[in-house]
Amino acid sequence: MAAVGSAGELGERLRATGYLAGDGLATVGYLALALKRPLLLEGEPGTGKTSLAAAIAEALGLELIRLQCYEGIDASQALYDWDFPRQILHLRTVEATSSDAAVEEVEKSLFDERFLLSRPVLRALRESPAVLLVDEIDRADDEFEAFLLEVLSTYEVTIPELGTVTAEVPPIVVLTSNRTREVHDALKRRCLYHWIDHPGLAREIEIVRTRLPEVSTRLAEQVARSVQRIRELDLLKPPGVAETLDWARALDALGTGVLDVETAAATLGAVLKYREDTDRVRESLDRLLAS
Amino acid sequence: MPAPDLASTGFGAAPGHASTGFGAAPDLALAGFGAALRQAGLAVTADRVHLFLRAVAALDPGRTADVYWAGRAALCSGPDDTARYDEVFAAWFAGERPRGAVPRTPRSFVQAPLADDDTAGGAEADRTLTVSASTTEVLRHRDIAGLSTKDRAELARMFGTLHPRLPVRRAHRRRPSHRGEIDPRRTLRAQLRQVGEPARVQYRRRGVRPRRVVFLIDVSGSMRPYADNLLRLAHTLVQRAPRTVEVFTIGTRLTRVTPALRRRDAEFALRSAGDVVPDWSGGTRLGEVLKVFLDRWGQRGTARRAVVVVCSDGWERGDAALLGAQMARLAALAYRVIWLNPHRGKPGYAPVQSGIVAVLPYLDDLVAGHSLAGFTELLEAVADA
Repeated sequence: MAAVGSAGELGERLRATGYLAGDGLATVGYLALALKRPLLLEGEPGTGKTSLAAAIAEALGLELIRLQCYEGIDASQALYDWDFPRQILHLRTVEATSSDAAVEEVEKSLFDERFLLSRPVLRALRESPAVLLVDEIDRADDEFEAFLLEVLSTYEVTIPELGTVTAEVPPIVVLTSNRTREVHDALKRRCLYHWIDHPGLAREIEIVRTRLPEVSTRLAEQVARSVQRIRELDLLKPPGVAETLDWARALDALGTGVLDVETAAATLGAVLKYREDTDRVRESLDRLLAS
Repeated sequence: MPAPDLASTGFGAAPGHASTGFGAAPDLALAGFGAALRQAGLAVTADRVHLFLRAVAALDPGRTADVYWAGRAALCSGPDDTARYDEVFAAWFAGERPRGAVPRTPRSFVQAPLADDDTAGGAEADRTLTVSASTTEVLRHRDIAGLSTKDRAELARMFGTLHPRLPVRRAHRRRPSHRGEIDPRRTLRAQLRQVGEPARVQYRRRGVRPRRVVFLIDVSGSMRPYADNLLRLAHTLVQRAPRTVEVFTIGTRLTRVTPALRRRDAEFALRSAGDVVPDWSGGTRLGEVLKVFLDRWGQRGTARRAVVVVCSDGWERGDAALLGAQMARLAALAYRVIWLNPHRGKPGYAPVQSGIVAVLPYLDDLVAGHSLAGFTELLEAVADA
């Protein structure tokens, strides 16, 4: 991993991967690297929390290891598990081939590395330097958060049969949360915190231009401007950057170089995900598209 | 990493940047900034200040923007914090110092004995009678709004006798059990223990988890006599399940009071909750506030599959159509919507207020909530949801 010297440099490197980070995000990201602290990202859906982790991994040439959280996730799904069927098979094989094998030897061979199923957190510790993305931590239970807190403060994990695994270099950890539930304060205290907002008009145009070079400048500008206006409409689900990109992609796929009332009405499904929102926007399309 | 030596990095003296003007003791000034934030109500702990200092040292302490972002990342813990952070940041680095050292939440307080407000004159004899007869059963059914100070205190004590159960839902995770489906992992593990000999079949089935309960308590003027006790009721539930019960107050704005109610002592908890609610006894704009709740919390998951209890008399001053639309949204998200209306239990009550009429189609249950007996009924309804 090549070291990053400043926030500006990190911003540049992220830009090279197609992720345009604002000054704040670049600074906080740099701090996470420099202080070796996990980074907790919150913000509206579709503002690029998850893709930041991917961009950091790409920018630094590291592997991205992703742990998707869900209700009821536990340590065996995050850390490691033993492959029981294969262990039994192994046992049977030993039994069939050599009847005089020493018991201890057989026992030892059962808990061999090759029967260990590494799950994301263990993989991140072993393969570090790597980027560990803990996605949607707010979906996991409290118990899991406590477990994660422990791993994040020591960067080591003990497997009773094998010993302790310690990361030589702490992995870069990015946690994301959608605030469906409040993340425990103890976990927050371990992390640097950043709230990602929707980008401003200029940056959003730039994002579309960078991510979708095939889309014309004019269309990119029209789409970004319309989305910015749609966000002001007080909708159930304001569109995120992901939706902006979807929309631009959809319009481009239709072969229309411009965004007018007709094409917009036909492609609103790419931007809005609620019927109420669609109705509302359709009513004021003229005004939204006026430049 | 050693403690940051900020003086040598020229903090406050960098050319071309806004001067922070601390000169001699910059890290003291930075730590003082942490204290100012704490005073403004942010949960700034010593280790966070330490992290902040390290973060500033890793950046350029002479640049106001770097100090700003370092502080935001290290000292804020939620989107609600950032607005206050911005204010304090602007004030502190403009050289303003908060006056006085009064912390926002009192560290301790002593409750002064209150003079009973209606002990004067001929009412005295009457009242004594009621009190002696009412200590438990009668008080249990009396309208809270009409209680004297002494009865209120008695009622507060009686809250201790409530033992709320919490609703449960089926968990995603399966637990070992004596019956249910076969658990291949545990069966194989048992087999492994017997060196591969077939072992007894192990079973598993789904366990139960607490279901989330959300209280939305109206604290507007018309609910004044009840809001206090409703918060007390919410407090007993939060104490039972601090992580699955959420409490918000609604009025002219939405305030989350769950953290305050997690304090164990009821009086202290209520006092802390009162400190954070800005619109106590104000007006009601149920529809708008409900929308804010759904946008910021509900839709993201707080109300999803939860038992939501709205405590309000439904005297909507705003647009009843908006209220109806928001209730439809809430009903679509929540598992059960229970409306507690203190007037419901009174003789002659009919749900005719515009607000209540708008929400009726979306309710699973409309309960009375003007007495302790009513609360017990509510707790039953919540537990059985």
